[in-house]
Amino acid sequence: MAAPLHTEFHPRWYRRRVSTWWWLGSWPYLRFILRELSSVFVAYAVAILAWQLWAIARGPDAFAAVLQALRSPGLLALSGVSLLFVLFHAVTWFAAGPRALVLRLGGRRVPEAWIAAAGYAAWAGASAIVAWIVLGE
Amino acid sequence: MGDDAVTGTITLEVARYRPERESEPTLQRFEVPCRKDWVVLDALNHIKDRLDGSLSYRWSCRMGICGSCGMMVNGEPKLTCATFLSACAPGPVRVEPLRFFPVVRDLVVELTDFLAKIGSVKPWIVRRDEKPAGGGEFLQTPLEVDEYKPYSMCINCMLCYAACPVYGLDPGFVGPAAIALAQRYNLDSRDRGKSERMEILSQHEGIWGCTFVGECSQVCPKNVDPAGAIQRYKVAAVTDWFRSFLPWGPR
Repeated sequence: MAAPLHTEFHPRWYRRRVSTWWWLGSWPYLRFILRELSSVFVAYAVAILAWQLWAIARGPDAFAAVLQALRSPGLLALSGVSLLFVLFHAVTWFAAGPRALVLRLGGRRVPEAWIAAAGYAAWAGASAIVAWIVLGE
Repeated sequence: MGDDAVTGTITLEVARYRPERESEPTLQRFEVPCRKDWVVLDALNHIKDRLDGSLSYRWSCRMGICGSCGMMVNGEPKLTCATFLSACAPGPVRVEPLRFFPVVRDLVVELTDFLAKIGSVKPWIVRRDEKPAGGGEFLQTPLEVDEYKPYSMCINCMLCYAACPVYGLDPGFVGPAAIALAQRYNLDSRDRGKSERMEILSQHEGIWGCTFVGECSQVCPKNVDPAGAIQRYKVAAVTDWFRSFLPWGPR
């Protein structure tokens, strides 16, 4: 005789398997996956920067060759997509930071908006310094 | 209340699972009055009282305190006592059991795993020394109370688990409410159990399982912010790890 499908004290629970595509159904989940994916593009941006530094160390001709390679349509498109993802990564990072960071001034917790604002200010400051170095020849 | 509050009817698509008859859940449609002051739970009670007495679901206080009536409403984890039918108009309104939990019957999910996880984080005040009852209270300043109060508002409704894909993919994950509850006691000035809880929660299926999707905090009906609690826990774990290398640091 086949075993009963359930008994009085051990009911047959129904467990729904989570789909591999669980993140496609809702924007918050898709945004999370895009945020995780943005790390790949951050790594790409770092690799390109390292490639340029390596070329600078080898002289003007090597650097010009790298710049020439980066102007190819494929790499230009990839750089454009990377820029969007890196900006997305930065914005989500500054939004997440204050949730984890608890700072106190005079016994009171510093508002999250202030911590985020400080992050954006540091970002703007660092960008200004880089722009000054690159453009202020 | 007069009939003038009724604004027609609305269709509910309610998940049914009767393990003695079905191998997987099905949806059953019910027409219910759409009263302006009715919440989804009122519609379920109407079905149970007037249309089909065999419908199974949990509820108790119907005022957002007991945390029993959490269900998926149109795919979102909601307290059905706090979700107005009129907000779901024109419908249909799909009511399903909380996602990621095993279903026992209809809208009733299995709680044993959740309750074991809540207990595993030692959700009580741990003391090294107890003073005699005559020694008076352990006093706290308003600022010390403010520190843990938001995390103490949890009503164990499990909406955060139903919003957490990490829990769905890895049922071993301790989960948002349990970690927020651990943080509630860690941040209590009377508690001395932080390191004991850290031993439990610094495991892979504790705080490090969280990938900060953040939806647990979005769906929380009590604004507990479990996602924030977990990220704070991670910062504390890393800080403690670095401090352990200092000669005067914790051992």
